[in-house]
Parts: sequence; C-alpha cells; structure tokens
Amino acid sequence: MLVVFTALIPARYERQFRDSPNASPSKQFPLGTDDLGRDRLSRLVYGTRVSLLLATASAILSCIAAAALGGLAGYGIADKLILASADLFLSLPWMFLLLMVRAFLPLNVSPLLSVTITFLLLGALGWAGPARVIRAAVRKLSNSDFMLQARATGSSRLLRRHLIPNVMPILWAQLWITIPAYVLAETTLGMLGLGVMEPLPSWGNLLRELEGGGIAGHPWLLAPVLLLAAVVGSFQVIFEREEYSV
Amino acid sequence: MKLMLLIFLAGQLRFALHDEPKTTDPLLMADESAEAIGYLTEGVLIRINRLTQKPEPELATSWKISKDSTKITFQLRPNITSDVVVKTFERLLDPALHSPIADTFKTEKGTVKVTAQGPSTVTAEFPAPTASIEIMFDQVAIGSGLGPFVVAERKPGVFILLKKNPAYWKKPLPQVDTIRIDIEQNRDLELLRFKRGEIQLIDKLTPDLFERIPEAVDAGPTLDSEFLWFNQAKRAPIQEHTKDWFRSAAFRHAVSQAIQRADLCRVVYRGHATPAVGPIAPSNKLWFKEGSASKLDPLKLLISDGFHLENGVLRDRAGNAVEFSLITNAGSKTRERMAAMIQEDLSKLGIKINIVTLDFPSLIERMTRTLNYEACLLGLVNVDPDPSEMMNILLSSASNHPWNPSQKTPETPWEAEIDRLMLAQAATADYHVRKKNFDRVQEILREQEPIIYLLHPNSLSAVSKQLIGVKPTTFFPHTFWDAEHITVGSR
Repeated sequence: MLVVFTALIPARYERQFRDSPNASPSKQFPLGTDDLGRDRLSRLVYGTRVSLLLATASAILSCIAAAALGGLAGYGIADKLILASADLFLSLPWMFLLLMVRAFLPLNVSPLLSVTITFLLLGALGWAGPARVIRAAVRKLSNSDFMLQARATGSSRLLRRHLIPNVMPILWAQLWITIPAYVLAETTLGMLGLGVMEPLPSWGNLLRELEGGGIAGHPWLLAPVLLLAAVVGSFQVIFEREEYSV
Repeated sequence: MKLMLLIFLAGQLRFALHDEPKTTDPLLMADESAEAIGYLTEGVLIRINRLTQKPEPELATSWKISKDSTKITFQLRPNITSDVVVKTFERLLDPALHSPIADTFKTEKGTVKVTAQGPSTVTAEFPAPTASIEIMFDQVAIGSGLGPFVVAERKPGVFILLKKNPAYWKKPLPQVDTIRIDIEQNRDLELLRFKRGEIQLIDKLTPDLFERIPEAVDAGPTLDSEFLWFNQAKRAPIQEHTKDWFRSAAFRHAVSQAIQRADLCRVVYRGHATPAVGPIAPSNKLWFKEGSASKLDPLKLLISDGFHLENGVLRDRAGNAVEFSLITNAGSKTRERMAAMIQEDLSKLGIKINIVTLDFPSLIERMTRTLNYEACLLGLVNVDPDPSEMMNILLSSASNHPWNPSQKTPETPWEAEIDRLMLAQAATADYHVRKKNFDRVQEILREQEPIIYLLHPNSLSAVSKQLIGVKPTTFFPHTFWDAEHITVGSR
C-alpha cells in the first residue's frame, strides 16, 4: 500500500537534510536518515516501487520471449537452434555480460532510464530458463492423449483452445519465479554499486548501507532486508499456490 | 596449546593487504601491495622518513649533490659494494625490463648514468638539473634481501609471512620476529578481524568505519585530493555545445562555486577532510600557495557567460538545457556520496547531472582512450610533497593530463604557461625559484579551474592496543613504515 501511496511519504526521496545525516528514527524521519541526510522511509517506499515494478516488467519480457521461443521449439520449429541459443544464454556469466553492456551504453541518460535499460537487459537475457520449461511442456502436451484426440477430430483451434490454456499455468509459475530472481539480481548489482544510479533509490542501493556491519544499535537499517525477504517470500507462496493449482 | 599460540603470536605483527602483490620483483613493483612488501623486505640508498618527510641515510651513509643539481654521489655502507648498486641500476634502466620505476630516471634529454667511483662510492649523473634529486632513490630497491625482513612463506591469495632478516645491516634487529600479512579484499571482514584481534593494523580506513573503531587514529590531512574535471579534448566524441560549456572558464568557476565543499567534508568524510582550493593540500606547507577561489555568485557568472534560467532549467545561448553525465568508479561509497551531493548542489543552478558509476577498467578506457565522457570525479593519491610529482598530471603532453590528455602542443596559452613553469621548476634545485614558478602554476589553476579540486582527505588508520611504537603518518605506508621498531605488547 505504501508503494502505491507514495504521496504520503514525509519528504522527497532525493532531498538532502545535510544537518541531519545518519539521524535516528524520529517523528520527522520515521526510519531515520541515510549518510546524506535523506529520509530513509521515503527512499524505501520509492525504492520498493522501482524494484518491484521494473522486476515485474522484465520478468514479463522474459516470459513473453520464453513463451514464443519455447512454444516454437516445442512444436519442432527451429528446435535445435532455439535450444542451442538457450544453452548459450544459460552458460553466459550474466553479471559480466550486464557490466559489459552497461559500459557501452550512452552515459547521459536519466537514472530512471538507466535502471529501465538494466532491467530490460535482465529481461532480455533471462528468457532461456523459462523457455526450456515451456518447450518441454509444449512437447509433452503435443503428444498427450487429448491433443491427439483433438487432432483426430479435426479441431482447427488446437493452439488457442487446447495448448495455450494448458501452458498458461506453467508460464505463470515461471513469472512468479522470475520476478524475485530479478529483484535479487538488481540487489546484487546495487550492492556492487552498479545498479540504480543516484539519486534514485532501489533495494540494491538501500542494502549497501549495511556494508561494514553498521546494524549494531541501528535495527531500523534492516527495514529494506525485511521488506525484501517479505516480498521474495510472498512470491514464493504465490508460486507454490500456482504450482499446486497446476 | 593456547598458551603456546599466544607466546608465538606475541612476536608477530599482523595486518592485511587488500590485493595480492602483482610482482615479487622489487624493480617492477607498481601496485600498493607489492610496494608494501618491497618496503619491508628491500633496502634503499636513502629513505624518506614518513614522519619528518626528510631523507635519511640507509644503505648510503651520506650523499652529496652537485651545485648544478645534475649529479649525486653516494658513500655506501661497508656491507654493500658499488658493483651491486651499479648492477641494480643497469637492470632497472634496461628497456627490456619495462620497469615503472625507471621512468623517474628517464627524461627527454636522456637517462641517468650510474657509475662506481670506488668500492664504496657511487655517482648518479642526470642529463639535466633535477629538483629533489635524492628523493628519487627512496623507491629503488638495491640488490636483494637487504631490508629488515625476508619472505619466509607465501600462500598466494591467502597470506605472506615475513620473518626478521638475520643478516640485516641495521642493529638491533627488528623487534617483532615475524609479520603475517593476510590478503583480505573484503574491508568488512578486515574490520571484523581487527575487532577480534586477529589483525593489529588497518592502514587505510574509510570515514564511516572510523567512528566504529575506538582505536582509530586520524593522522591529519594527506597530500591526496578528490576532484572533478570536464572533458575539454577536441577529439572527444561528445556534443560540440557541451564542449563549449566545458571550455568556458566562467562555467567551470560557477560549478566550482556552487559545490559546497564544507558539506562534502562534514557529511561524506565526517569531518576527516579539508576543503581544497588547489592541487596542494594546506598541510604541504613547503609548496602550498595561500589564496582562495573566487567568491562570485555562480548564477551571475553563468548569466555573464550567456546562460539563462528558464523554468528552473539552465540553458545556454542556443537554448540547450545544461545536462551532463558525471562518471566515477563503482564501489567507492565516498565518491558516490560526493557525486550525489554535487548533483544536488548543481540542481540549484538548474544544471542536471546524471551520475554513472563504471567498473575501473571501463572508466580508464573512457578517460584515456575513447575520451567518451563529459565529466569525471576521481581522486589522486600523492605520496611525494614535491611538485615534480605532478608532472604527469599537469604537463599538456602527459597521457594522464585529465581534461585534455596527450596534446602534441599545448592547445591554450595558459596550458603552455603551465608546461613552461613546471619544466622550469623541475630544472633547478633552488627552492625559491621553484616555489615562485609553482606558485604561479597554482594561481593559473585557480584562474582557469580545469580541475575542480574538492577536498583533501585525512589519513585514517586503526592501531591495536597490542602494539607499541606505531606512529601513523599521512604518507604510505601509513602505519607500518617503521615496522622494525614496532613491538607487540600492550599499551
């Protein structure tokens, strides 16, 4: 709810209260301030929005690509080529690839555009795993009894009526797995200082504050960790439900 | 068993390096880790005392510099012969070795010639008058194994164990029996291990860690500086109107004026830094030129240069919104914080900055080869207070000349003037002449501000209470420069 109602946050996420760096929680700053005197609550709320929205967007991108390519491969169209490409993408050290691609990007882009590009790259690179799952599902479904029966009866809507509805739960499950994976990937990049650019907050750069073990006596610094754990855990619960329903 | 371990550790000094030394050859040492090992294991003719900053005799008992500053004659200790010194320099200056240290002894006019004048006398002749000639010999390891310690054991990536050199010429021998140097890249683990007492020194602390360690020591302002500059190179693949802004001294002054240096020192460095007005830190009393940057209103400066504000956005004469990227190296929290504060300061002038953190190789590639960047925030580690140390930055022909590297001829009259003054100060040993020339260089740098100097950080280190005799300084190696006189005990 906080993510949606960002208007309720006490101060803008980038505003620096330079006379109050590293302030403890107070009425003015419920989660205290960071090293530059920026309100932690505002940054957490806005960072959650950035991380969640963009991770979902890139997961959707990955899943659409996975559905298209995995579906084609499952049907036997360009199967070997798609499988080989998937193997190649899976074997790539994505972190280094991401760093390399980032190094070639134009520098003068806004932080929001920069993070969008990063997530889109994650999405574009992450299709291979889900695609293999979709391919296997499509192959299995294509040879199933009900598909054979539908073919035998001369059904003209094999794909729309029989195949896609049966693949959709698997695709949903892949989406729920992929979103937290991308959230964690952004967090890893942020921890390395290569994620979302200043002044935009994200879970990744909020978690960097924990470097150096400054938690002792400052438990409020754990807020992004707790939120990250809660969100990733929630996705896991959703995934298990989806899996159960499949 | 525990008692045995304690007795064993009682004579052991322990600290960590952040990287594996890239070489064990003392003449090829260029990285800080290798230099640290070299400092502890190798002997030099003259050593600069890190506390007093004065040269002291080591393998040379005395030295004499000729009046024209082209020749230095060393008188050696009985335990070393002139042949060893001559052979060391022959190897050092061999082009096939590609020694980074050798560059110091090579000039456009030629290379230094080292000759034996007898079994215990050596002369080094320079092709041209050279300032602070003796300081250069602090970095040349003579022979092998002539330092206070020798390498006893080495496990790559894990640790290096040094033991005291039984053949060390200086008596008494070092107080500690061994030095265990762990390779620990993770600074958080280094801190944790210090708190547990597993290591006894942290040579460089970040300001945020300083407050968490009761044993932390602030040795005062270093000669290092943090600064930003704009890319002014003609061949840089950036927009022409952007280059026009960067080439305008008024624009650079306005940016410089808008940056709240005191806030950077107070917030980012927690008060452990001094605002900068030029390349030389005020602590370098010998070469610092008093003065301050202009105090003009930055917005008025920009308006006088044809810029105007439109709905809170600064625009140039042609109506282009003033927006540029500021690159810095990823992983440096202090620089990222400084960049964020600069971003906020300049937003008050209607200037938009996009901060980009790049991994170091990508950053260097852009800075030196492709020149594909607009502004850069970096720092410089200065180990030598002498202005000649800055030749590779200030000479327009230098590849490290930040704002416009490797110029065939100086592109601006003031760069030509800096070149002339820097070469003139390096060509004499007369302090007053050198100071006059270098003062003018500092004035030009303030007038033109091709580099916007931000601050000089303090030297922060941590010293365990188990150690006696550690005297942290502002020069590398900050804490173990006098390792042979450090005792493990209890303060």
